[in-house]
Amino acid sequence: MFELVVLSVGLVVCMGILLGLGIGITARVFEVKQDPRIELVLDALPGANCGGCGLAGCADLAKAIVAGKQTAAKCPVCTSDGASKISEILGTKTGQNVVKNVAIVLCCGDNVNAKSVVGYNGIKDCKSAILVSSGAKGCKYGCLGFGTCAEACPFDAIEITDDGLAVVHSELCVSCGKCINACPKNLIKLVPETVKVHVFCSSPEKAPVKMKVCKVSCIGCRKCVKNAEKNQMLMKGFLAQVNYDDPPPPELVEASGCPTKCLRRTDDH
Amino acid sequence: MSVIVRHFRGGVHPREGKELSCSKPIQTAPLLDKYYVILHQHIGAPPKLLVKTGDNVKKGQMLAESGGFVSAPVHSPTSGKVKTVEWPGPSGTNMDAVEITADGNDEWDVSVKHDPNWDKLTGDDINKRIANAGIVGMGGAAFPTFVKLSPPPDKKIDTLILNGAECEPYLTADHRLMLEEPEKVVTGAQLLAKVLNVKKIYIGIEKNKSDAIEKLIIESEKRNVVVVPLRVRYPQGAEKQLIYAITGKEVPSGKLPMDVGCVVQNVGTAAAVRDAVIDNIPLIERVTTVTGSTVCNPGNWKFRVGTPLSKVLELVGGINKQPAKILLGGPMMGMSQYSLDVPIMKNASGVLLLAKEEIAQYSSHPCIRCGRCVDVCPMSLMAGTLSLMIESENFDLAEYTNVMDCIECGSCAYVCPALRPLVQHMRRGKAEVIANKK
Repeated sequence: MFELVVLSVGLVVCMGILLGLGIGITARVFEVKQDPRIELVLDALPGANCGGCGLAGCADLAKAIVAGKQTAAKCPVCTSDGASKISEILGTKTGQNVVKNVAIVLCCGDNVNAKSVVGYNGIKDCKSAILVSSGAKGCKYGCLGFGTCAEACPFDAIEITDDGLAVVHSELCVSCGKCINACPKNLIKLVPETVKVHVFCSSPEKAPVKMKVCKVSCIGCRKCVKNAEKNQMLMKGFLAQVNYDDPPPPELVEASGCPTKCLRRTDDH
Repeated sequence: MSVIVRHFRGGVHPREGKELSCSKPIQTAPLLDKYYVILHQHIGAPPKLLVKTGDNVKKGQMLAESGGFVSAPVHSPTSGKVKTVEWPGPSGTNMDAVEITADGNDEWDVSVKHDPNWDKLTGDDINKRIANAGIVGMGGAAFPTFVKLSPPPDKKIDTLILNGAECEPYLTADHRLMLEEPEKVVTGAQLLAKVLNVKKIYIGIEKNKSDAIEKLIIESEKRNVVVVPLRVRYPQGAEKQLIYAITGKEVPSGKLPMDVGCVVQNVGTAAAVRDAVIDNIPLIERVTTVTGSTVCNPGNWKFRVGTPLSKVLELVGGINKQPAKILLGGPMMGMSQYSLDVPIMKNASGVLLLAKEEIAQYSSHPCIRCGRCVDVCPMSLMAGTLSLMIESENFDLAEYTNVMDCIECGSCAYVCPALRPLVQHMRRGKAEVIANKK
């Protein structure tokens, strides 16, 4: 009985040592050499794996950056701090200042201001809802408020208000751009975070048509264009738009006195 | 020549509701002050406008010409003054339209005249007249008829089937047309057969219209047309199901009826073809059923294309209580309307007004995998499984599982005990698959 125990324990110990040696030797012989900087760059990246860069997650981008195929600017989420940290690791010069973008929903017609003209009791999803006479809303360009963009956002930066309007929380938004494709009405744009004033309307229709269906649409009165410096506000047909290359100051909201209040600051939205 | 009628797979039998209007003879609507003719009334390219605001037109004059191969012209429903407008269409968006203010004379255009030598026309001549008359599929799809009659030379057509199934509940327009004008239907069928150069002509009619079957059998006795009584089952009138029931041929997935040598036309289309070829009358009026529990006098009417729904309701004697839903078409596949300005189109087989207690207001629940949708699907699809794929946005898998074969008949949603909006899921899936291909 005692011999049997010794034998089995001995056998297991011997096998353990042998296999351990085997693994050790294999690991040495077939070692894959990896640049230690990849790990460091990966730490400096946001680590959200949002796919905003177009590559398969942060690890893939880190590899590409170290290999010199990409720069930190490719990452839409990366802040300037992160970018300079990556430059430090790689020993390159700090890249150009990364301008942070944020997503914005260019519509402020919630259920109170832009009423639905028909009852809709189908699937609660914007992309399904537009199949039924392009959405229940009177305005064919307005936010439907079923939250397909909010669902697509990996950072929970989009909130659907109680009145059924998608609003981006710019402090949470990392501008990965996933919401842009989620919106069937193409209302979401990426804009520089520094711009604090926007025209929250995307309808190119004539003013009488828009006023019938929405109280807060841009009626093309050009008040904001007249009150802004040259080229700060642009007219695109019947719709005023902020020139994001030469943005107007936030004070324009008070100065212009937009009659429908669709020109408003991001914070007041 | 007798036909063994086959039963297609699946299908449902909703409450028919046809008793409201099936015994009411077709009435002709009086001339109105204004008509709103939407230009794009068919599947395919939009037509090109020929008139401008201020022009005077005659009844039957072309307002817009065909804008491509798959396209159809539209004609003026009466004589009067033209104004180009944007007008709400049945799809819920504003569309280009022509407002005709009637001058009261209702004067025909010079091009509209009876042709005494019509029986000497060749197939090509007949098809040209059909194209010029703006005839489209009047059963609901509104596909330009002459395109269906011009198959590519490598496709051999041997069978023409007229669709008089009218499987949609409530609708009786085709039923009354077959009953009152069987001569027009059969002559139209023969003209269509001449274009296609086919010998076999069938008219498929559901057995619940026995009076129409008798009338057509008498009419077609010596005219080489076979009337086929069909099982009463929705969607018996769907093209592929009808072909299977009458010929036993199954249209392969992704293919068209012409691939099995068949062309299917609605009986209303056949009657319009007869008028267009023999009398040169373009498609400017059609038989429409106005029905539903909220309509005072449900019935069948000959409305001119462009009659707004508000006038339709006035003409039929109004409503006795507030309808909760107004549909253009039948209850299974009809389109819900939000504006009474929407005019009667070439494909408007019915106007259905349903009361609140008749329409479903529900929220959907998770699939319980009972498989009833699989039992009833006439295209042998797995609607429940497909809806789950589409819900999780797995469109590649949905395409592989043949979502594109769905004919959107709504049988699956009709039987679903979890009240899932399956047709909307299918439409989303189909839209995404088409978008991905582009």
